[in-house]
Amino acid sequence: MVEDRTFSGRLFAAVNFILLALIALVTVLPFIHVVAGSFTTSAELAANKFVLIPKVWSLEAYKFIFSTNTIFRALGVSIGVTLIGTLFSMFITALMAYGLSRRDLDGRRVFNFLVVFTMLFHGGMIPTFLVVKELGLIDSYAALILPSAISAFNMIILKNFFQNIPEGLEESAKIDGCNDFGILFKIVLPLSLPAIATISLFYAVTYWNTYMSAILYLDNSAKWPIQVLLRQIVVLASGMDHSATLDGTVPPPDQTIKMAVIVVATLPILMVYPFLQKHFAKGAMLGSMKG
Amino acid sequence: MQEVTAPPRVVPEPQPKKYKSSSELKKRLWRNKLLYVMLIPGVLYFIIFKYLPMYGLIISFQDYKPYQGITGSEWVGMKHFSRLFTEPDFLNILANTLILFGMNILIYFPIPIILALMLNELRGTFFKRFFQTLVYLPHFMSWVIVVSISFVMVTMDGGIINELLAYFGFSKINFLLSPGWFRPMYILQVIWREAGWGTIIYLASIAAIDPGLYEASRMDGAGRLRQVWHITLPAIRGVIITLFILKIGSVLDLGFEHVYLLLNSMNREVAEIIDTYVYTAGLRQGQFSYSTAIGFFKSIVGLIMVMTVNKVSKKIGEEGVY
Repeated sequence: MVEDRTFSGRLFAAVNFILLALIALVTVLPFIHVVAGSFTTSAELAANKFVLIPKVWSLEAYKFIFSTNTIFRALGVSIGVTLIGTLFSMFITALMAYGLSRRDLDGRRVFNFLVVFTMLFHGGMIPTFLVVKELGLIDSYAALILPSAISAFNMIILKNFFQNIPEGLEESAKIDGCNDFGILFKIVLPLSLPAIATISLFYAVTYWNTYMSAILYLDNSAKWPIQVLLRQIVVLASGMDHSATLDGTVPPPDQTIKMAVIVVATLPILMVYPFLQKHFAKGAMLGSMKG
Repeated sequence: MQEVTAPPRVVPEPQPKKYKSSSELKKRLWRNKLLYVMLIPGVLYFIIFKYLPMYGLIISFQDYKPYQGITGSEWVGMKHFSRLFTEPDFLNILANTLILFGMNILIYFPIPIILALMLNELRGTFFKRFFQTLVYLPHFMSWVIVVSISFVMVTMDGGIINELLAYFGFSKINFLLSPGWFRPMYILQVIWREAGWGTIIYLASIAAIDPGLYEASRMDGAGRLRQVWHITLPAIRGVIITLFILKIGSVLDLGFEHVYLLLNSMNREVAEIIDTYVYTAGLRQGQFSYSTAIGFFKSIVGLIMVMTVNKVSKKIGEEGVY
């Protein structure tokens, strides 16, 4: 669009810019507050409430939370589940999406319908829990991955992306003696990197944020991922339901410690985000708009 | 969990060719055998984790005993469903669910649209990208993180909000334990986490608008606000309606995690919703059949809502979701 140089045009642009800057500020301030708070001492945080840049830097809180292996173990579980889960989900999602993207596949409408239907109607929490239990997955890490291994939404985005790849490429590969697996792995996947990156990010974020499956399917607290531990340390100890805190007599942890745990639980996503951002914006739009 | 991004639309597909003979079909099936092999893991997944639970819904017509299983449990007909509508507890959680849903529609839903319009009017790609990056970010944080961040901010012992209130001479508020603050906190968290991410789809459809339209309207003397009103908004009408349908379809499906994390013994009266109740009654108290009936009711209402709104939107000349 051309720059609007009239007075009202400039005023409009200025007001709009200031409002957006305020919105962006409100969005990040809470997080900056938490990060800054985690890097100072509890005395400093209590004395100087409005820290955005700590006056006194301290790793006290981090030393404390890493002094036992509880956090390490939870981080390990989350990292493991995220890596294995994302790879596994990507693999079976791509296989299914490619199969369904091929127009000469008989019965694809039926398969498509069965997938879309699961987005409109589902059995719900209890029947799903019973299935997971019958399969003997309770208290296993597989329970954090298998029940949500494919997101119908992600599968459809990927399928639509595959459909936009010219069929001629696949045909010529076939003539060169490539079978369907070869076409998928040597031609289609390399051409779909933006979509693959986007969907991988979606899956990775979902696995990193796993909370509900963990509280539904894991009874053993030694297997808890970081999100469940975070709730235990921050939410249950934040002055609600004192009976529900660890044993009711332990005083709630310091603010700085809670903040440090929040940072630890958030950091991995924040590190992945900048690398994939340019892909996912593009990929999400491709998937949604051409759908 | 409900993704707030794009509605997946089913592509209109070319009609499959009619086969002259069954042998031709067999030949095609055989030629595509590897494609069917590729579908196996996915199809197994959907059968086991999506369709088996649907079969499991029949326990809502039984008095399900875990040791007797579906085949051994006693059939009780509509007992659990009729209990739903006589139980005061259920009517209360239904009301709570509907109120939160109403807040989602009335307060949250327009915000991403307005935010997208504002972002679109921003000159200079650097700031546009910069602001987008910042407002997308919270979407990637789990509800646990979002709720945790707000808890350390509003807590009575040293939370920044209460310290600010005290600093300006107000009395501190126990946000976490007062029922009156549950709903405002809930919707503020929804807005903080999702509003930025929700703009993606609107921005994409705004990007597809023909720039000539703006050119022409400027010739006619339209200012920026008029252009937004007469060109941008009508152009994204279809997307708005589609997303609205999806939102309506999730009427009783507010998401278990978020509310569960905010729920405590003090705000239960206003905070207990269908999902959290299903969890408590089902898994904590072992009323499998009753809570499955509640979940079933929820799924059916959702399905009916999507189909109805979809039909209505087609009638008024919009695309619909499927």
